[in-house]
Amino acid sequence: MKQDTLYQYILGIADNSLILGQRLGELCGHGPTLETDIAITNISLDLIGQTRSYYQYAAGLSDEGITEDDIAFLRKEREYRNVLLVEQPNTHFGYVMVRQFFFDVFHLLFLKELQQSADETLVAIANKAVKEVGYHQRFSSDWIKRLGDGTEESHQKVQEAVNDLWRYTDELFYMTEADKAMFNNDIGVDLSHLKDTYYETITTVLSDATLAVPDNTYFQKGGKDGIHTEHMGYLLSDLQYMQRTYPNMNW
Amino acid sequence: MSDAEVKNLEALFEARIARDEKIEPKDWMPEKYRKTHIRQISQHAHSEIVGMLPEGNWITRAPSLRRKAALLAKVQDEAGHGLYLYAACETLGISREELYEQLHSGKAKYSSIFNYPTLTWADMGAIGWLVDGAAIINQVPLCNTSFGPYARAMVRVCKEESFHQRQGYEIMLTLCNGTEEQKAMAQDALNRWWWPSLMMFGPTDAESTHTEQSMKWKLKRKTNDELRQQFVDQTAPQADILGITIPDPELKFNEDTGHYDFGPIDWDEFWQVVKGHGPCNKERLEARVNAWEGGAWVRDAAMAYAEKQEHKKVAKAS
Amino acid sequence: MKNNWPLWEVFVRSKNGLEHRHFGSLHAADAEMALENARDVYTRRSEGVSIWVVESKHITASNPSENGEMFEPAQDKVYRHPTFYNLPDEVKHM
Repeated sequence: MKQDTLYQYILGIADNSLILGQRLGELCGHGPTLETDIAITNISLDLIGQTRSYYQYAAGLSDEGITEDDIAFLRKEREYRNVLLVEQPNTHFGYVMVRQFFFDVFHLLFLKELQQSADETLVAIANKAVKEVGYHQRFSSDWIKRLGDGTEESHQKVQEAVNDLWRYTDELFYMTEADKAMFNNDIGVDLSHLKDTYYETITTVLSDATLAVPDNTYFQKGGKDGIHTEHMGYLLSDLQYMQRTYPNMNW
Repeated sequence: MSDAEVKNLEALFEARIARDEKIEPKDWMPEKYRKTHIRQISQHAHSEIVGMLPEGNWITRAPSLRRKAALLAKVQDEAGHGLYLYAACETLGISREELYEQLHSGKAKYSSIFNYPTLTWADMGAIGWLVDGAAIINQVPLCNTSFGPYARAMVRVCKEESFHQRQGYEIMLTLCNGTEEQKAMAQDALNRWWWPSLMMFGPTDAESTHTEQSMKWKLKRKTNDELRQQFVDQTAPQADILGITIPDPELKFNEDTGHYDFGPIDWDEFWQVVKGHGPCNKERLEARVNAWEGGAWVRDAAMAYAEKQEHKKVAKAS
Repeated sequence: MKNNWPLWEVFVRSKNGLEHRHFGSLHAADAEMALENARDVYTRRSEGVSIWVVESKHITASNPSENGEMFEPAQDKVYRHPTFYNLPDEVKHM
């Protein structure tokens, strides 16, 4: 493939949307109210929509005549490039919202930078996605405040989620070889540059929510290089079930 | 109010409905009208939200991204429809929480069709095609029902639902144009969903207890058997286009009547499922109860937060 | 279930130039959430460009049992309508 690095770079972005969209899809029908069910499904739909735009672009770059679905469903676990954060399970609503919030803040900063990319297609996707994600961040930070500054029980539950998921935040700024190469080509985003603003925003919202900012400095990474947590295999078994069981068919 | 006065009001009320006037929540209405509407609208709402579960079962396993998005949007619509209907019901002076309580305790019913399992991807097609098809036949006349909030909710539901059935039929069409294995999957889904779909129209007219009163209040425009016939008439040719066979050896177009004749329905199965002994009654209710109880701390947190914010605002102002 | 989310009424402007119209109701703990829920529930097919929400309890409604005195007196004021006035056909544009 001529543009293999760009291809890998796009997958690195898109896989986050796919895997988080998939996780949120598990919740449809099981939320605390109908209103939240509908809201979370909207976020999932936005993410799946973004995924499709990225994969369609990536599929066009490949000379193997592949489709968006080949990319989405037919890779091995090691070939998925998403960060560990987005594959974490829906342990409870607190985890769902903290995972969302930790990702949204990054996602919005990232897309705003991607809007400046030298790649027109990525700019077009970012221009659309940035509005969706702006809303996601508004939604998740509002919920962090409600849960943090709600009842004693909710405070404790959401603090637990913050503490547990904190270790996955640093990976958001880790740059793979593809990330670095694309940044040097003016196509990709300098992730390290986003880090300070990210933690400032997170700290402000957590403080507003009366939540403690964890002080641990031990972080986990690996997803972006294809080394995932144990949750990933199960997520993929669901995601890939049909395509693996009935290969080479149209649906 | 004396009995005579109530009788008089009732007569005026029935006359209004007969003149096709709409009844609005604050209007005087006979207690029986209120109760019947609470029962029917909430049953309808419960069906929407329980109906999310069998299809929700396949969201994570949808075979393509396009199908995944469509299915998510469809299941989300069902949440929306449940919401509109609960809101319509609430105008009659009962809260959504009370209605949930009736559902969770098993006191309230919901459509039995959702107590059947979704075993293959083709079930997403069959549900959209048959179950939504049957639902539309049941629902369209309700856009004109006498109770204003219910009629308005149904207008919105019917408008949004028009994509649901097409979505399902397209899945079936793709399967039937696919490999032998896919076509067999489609046939198998039709085999399992056909009879339960016919049962969605309720017991035969002879057995139906509510029909006459419901007709008068425009909760119903046609009888169960008429609607069922309409469904069979419209669905049989659609199965022919797909090239799969409806699992009824007696199904045959009758030149004299202009309708399809069809075989007898297994009413024992129907009543068994209605009474709570279908394949998934327990799982469906459990899922609803878990969602509600598991979400209590979230709802409480949001209320506590709102109250704190309100206090802060008041404190600032004074 | 001690303290359930209150009911809100949702009004949506479908496009600029039109008024906000009552779209339906929903539950939310606070105004911000009511707006967000309204956006997700009632405008997911691009039905709107502006949303108002108001907690249902703040709406004061007329009572249908008083409809006679409220609304019937307006029915015989025909002189408020243009057709009440007889003019020859030759008078145009009036």
